Amino acid sequence: MELEVLVEKFRNKDEKAFEKLYAMYSDSICGVIFNVVKNTDIAQEICQDVFVKAWKNAHTYNATKGRFFTWMLNIARNAAIDEVRSKSHKNSKQNLSSDFLVDILEDKNDLNLQVDAIGIKSLLSHLKEKCIQIIELLYFQGYTQKEVAEELEIPVGTVKTRNRSCISQIRGNISI
Amino acid sequence: MDIDKYIASGILELYIAGTLTEDENLDVLSYARKHPEIQAEIEAIEASIVALTKATKPTQTSKYNYTTLYDKIKTTSENEVKVIPLPKEKSNWSSYLGWAASVLLVAGLAWMYTQNNALKNELQISSQETLSLEKQIEEAKSSLVKSEELLSTIRNKDIQVVALGGQAVDPNSYAKAYWNKKEQQVFIDAQGLPEPPDGMVYQVWSLKLDPLTPTSMGLLENFTTDDNRVFALANPNESEAFGITLEPAGGSESPNLEQLYTLGAV
Repeated sequence: MELEVLVEKFRNKDEKAFEKLYAMYSDSICGVIFNVVKNTDIAQEICQDVFVKAWKNAHTYNATKGRFFTWMLNIARNAAIDEVRSKSHKNSKQNLSSDFLVDILEDKNDLNLQVDAIGIKSLLSHLKEKCIQIIELLYFQGYTQKEVAEELEIPVGTVKTRNRSCISQIRGNISI
Repeated sequence: MDIDKYIASGILELYIAGTLTEDENLDVLSYARKHPEIQAEIEAIEASIVALTKATKPTQTSKYNYTTLYDKIKTTSENEVKVIPLPKEKSNWSSYLGWAASVLLVAGLAWMYTQNNALKNELQISSQETLSLEKQIEEAKSSLVKSEELLSTIRNKDIQVVALGGQAVDPNSYAKAYWNKKEQQVFIDAQGLPEPPDGMVYQVWSLKLDPLTPTSMGLLENFTTDDNRVFALANPNESEAFGITLEPAGGSESPNLEQLYTLGAV
């Protein structure tokens, strides 16, 4: 079934369509959340909550919000960031570093044991650190183009072109 | 438009990241619908991000899956959807009745208020009327007392009645004198005299006939305002006749016989 048809059915609360979309995107959505909260149990719980929320707000999705995946990505990032900012999370003294991907590639922490580190490394092979940073900020942390430019101290226009070339490298790694 | 240049700009990667505005999102969608190359590029970019993010999911099998998700959706939606129907008809009836009753009550109170005011006004008018009637009764009583006094006076056995006939000036005029010789008092009944003109007054004279000597007994003052036109005058004289003349205000020393209205001998 075509994605557009599937999403339209989801908007009308079609459970079959929702099940298919869940199968397509739930791992990715859980991955984004884990990147931010860095705790397996918490990430998996938030992930389920995000899909419940998506179902309840299915009618609010439309093309002005971009792709269905992008819309889910937004809900997931917001939920994960809310969790990190909450008191209970701060008390658990998790590593709040945003260099999740960089750390994994450099085997800097025990998160590698909780994720498919080999898979990540193969997707990001040959990517420079400035590429990985930009991808992490834009897709996992939800930074805007301008915020990325400020964070990495590069011109706004450079963010767009550099990001494209970084994504192109990942696409190259996938097709290998 | 230059499709290759558009793709190379990197806007489609930002479209997937979700950092474009709503308007920009709609622009990208319309280009994607027109140009299959753009649509394909979007799908390829999305696939790479889906693959990368998928790789970062925890490897430990989740206790959550679509079945648990489905259950949660069902239980939460059941909790939210449960709506207790309200009994409509009854509450409407009683509330309409209540409103109608209160409207009637307000109207009734307003009507009673105006009625009460009208009655108050009527009562005030009535009491004023009563007051003026009482006054009239009082006046009538006092005038009755006066009349009775007068009547008893002229019925007194010592009273001598003298009729005064009209003279040349006005033959139709007449008067009567009631003389109580013992008490030296004369009552002049001047009912038959015309009203004196302004600046003039009637003067009463006691006359001796041989020789003719008039003596003033007094004036009939306030002639027009006196209701019964009976005037009491002192008369210590040995009168043989009484005459009434019209004189200038304040009276005269001696009578003006040309203005002699009435005359009568004892």
